Amino acid sequence: MSGNPIISFENITKRFGKTTAVDNVSLTINEGEFFSLLGPSGCGKTTLLRMLAGFEMPTEGRILIDGKDVSTVPPNQRPVNMVFQSYAVFPHMTVLDNVAYGLKMDGVGAAERRERAEEALKLVQLAGYGVRKPDQLSGGQRQRVALARALVKKPRVLLLDEPLSALDAKLRDQMRSELTSLQQKVGITFIMVTHDQDEALAMATRCAVMNRGLLQQVATPSDLYEFPNSRFVADFIGSVNMFEGTLDVDAKDHAIINTQEMGPVYLDHGVTGPEKGTVWAAVRPEKIELHKRTDTPPKVDDAPEGYNVAAGVVKHMVYLGSETNYEIEIAGGRLIKVVRPNLTRWDQEDFELGEQVWISFHACSPAVLLS
Amino acid sequence: MTATTAPVKLKKIAPKTPPGPLEYLRRWPLQLWLVLVGLFLYIPLITLMIFSFNDSKRNIVWQGFTLKYYDKALHNDSLITAFGNSMTIALCSTIISVIIGAMAAIVLWRFRFVGKTAFNAGLAIPIVVPEICMGVGMLVFFAKVLPWPHDLPWPLDLGNIIIAHVSFSFPFVAVVVRARLGSFNRELEEAAKDLGASEFRALMDVVIPHIQPSLIAGGLLAFTLSLDDFVITFFTAGPDTVTFPVKVYSMVRFSVTPEVNAASTILIVVTVLLTFLALKFQGSSALTAGHGADDK
Repeated sequence: MSGNPIISFENITKRFGKTTAVDNVSLTINEGEFFSLLGPSGCGKTTLLRMLAGFEMPTEGRILIDGKDVSTVPPNQRPVNMVFQSYAVFPHMTVLDNVAYGLKMDGVGAAERRERAEEALKLVQLAGYGVRKPDQLSGGQRQRVALARALVKKPRVLLLDEPLSALDAKLRDQMRSELTSLQQKVGITFIMVTHDQDEALAMATRCAVMNRGLLQQVATPSDLYEFPNSRFVADFIGSVNMFEGTLDVDAKDHAIINTQEMGPVYLDHGVTGPEKGTVWAAVRPEKIELHKRTDTPPKVDDAPEGYNVAAGVVKHMVYLGSETNYEIEIAGGRLIKVVRPNLTRWDQEDFELGEQVWISFHACSPAVLLS
Repeated sequence: MTATTAPVKLKKIAPKTPPGPLEYLRRWPLQLWLVLVGLFLYIPLITLMIFSFNDSKRNIVWQGFTLKYYDKALHNDSLITAFGNSMTIALCSTIISVIIGAMAAIVLWRFRFVGKTAFNAGLAIPIVVPEICMGVGMLVFFAKVLPWPHDLPWPLDLGNIIIAHVSFSFPFVAVVVRARLGSFNRELEEAAKDLGASEFRALMDVVIPHIQPSLIAGGLLAFTLSLDDFVITFFTAGPDTVTFPVKVYSMVRFSVTPEVNAASTILIVVTVLLTFLALKFQGSSALTAGHGADDK
């Protein structure tokens, strides 16, 4: 999927006065990727994107596009184009003039301009809308105009700033798959900024998670979810049960984390972490199983008896159709989130509020986090 | 409303509903007040207009309808010259005011610089300072600092008045344009640059179209301000240059003939028309360029 490196950020730092918006970020993005910059608001992801577009200059470091240093190149001379959060469609121009504007700036002749603009409008399924004014379009249509306007210049990289945030839920789902297929069709590298983890996981081929100006992790969506490298990433992507403990045993083929809330947690792999140091075991809710309460606790098949099991009481349950969300209170009062798929039509009736249960998870399920 | 059943219903219900608690306009005390205020404001102007048609030299008692004083006013050479001067001054000062005012507004909107607050406040001074003070100031300025030569060709002989008028009208333009810039979406400008436009092209292609209604409104405002300014012009103008308001004033000093009324009526009509246009452009500015796209 991904080819040669097309963009690299080299030790980029951006300060606004005393606040550091982006802190020593190094990142390489490859040709043909649908890359997503993900993070909570104020994490510096938009600043990073704006530096790539040329609207901000990095305080330190270099930005390379196709191996050329563009750190100080003004935005109108960079081979990147952007779809703005507000779409920024020029209100006093027709749709066609909007789309052709970039070509006009490049000195493309009127006839070719028109032809290419109409082609771009066809690409975003707005053929025939060229004569309209932006105020005659819906929000979704204006976004398509913004897309066509950026794509018509055949940029090396297309930048998208929170592209779906202004759309209503139904349109957002539709645009998600449309943007993905559009990207595959045109083969241009897309870089999308978003605060919505679902959006990033669903669309991107690779994501960078940022927090407080720092790059936390760069990985594929599934790696971000299954192999987070920090508590922040584990918590920001999806929901998680986190258990703090000390790394008591760290052997070649297994490890044991002694947690206060969950007891000893058995892992089927070594950690090579700080022996006797503080670590965290993070278990996703859907990886925890519920069992009817019996006298003997259930045994997890890849862990010795008595590990990765706890007794609890069903405190909350929410039926969501495809799955049911439970909150199980274990000894010490800690609430454990459990998601249970409804595999048959009767599954949601297996457990009821206040019922005594066992919870368990496999030795391969927890992610061990060192920070 | 256009449905066939709706009007019937409305007609039956509308007169019966009692006025709501805040519908003061439907209670008689406020209606009376409204009428009184209207009369107070407009009776003098209406009287002036009516008496411009009065067939009497002294213009105290109504003698009958005539248009001869309009004819007389339009054939009064010095009055026509004064009107031409006023128009020239208003046109020149408007063009200069719009350019300077728009530039001042863009600077205030776009940049942060040392002394910005002072500059902002300084811009408001010509708006709030009493005209008489500015008039005396101009008199001293053109007498001592920059004596204006007498024998310059047209329209340079009006230069001192134009300068004076620009100095009090461009802040109005700046205020109007600045307000309009407040609703400008900066991403539009960035989008233009992103698509390859230089700083200047982005300004011309995106910013100027957005503020265009305010440029027109501000220009019309400057035009009317200049056209009917008396005090400052009176102090600034030399003995040879006479503007329309100054000429009317000098005519009144001899006697208030219907000719003065006729000349004033023409000025009122021109001013009202231009003000109306100015308001219309300013009002519609919220509906046209910019907003459709920014809101969502």
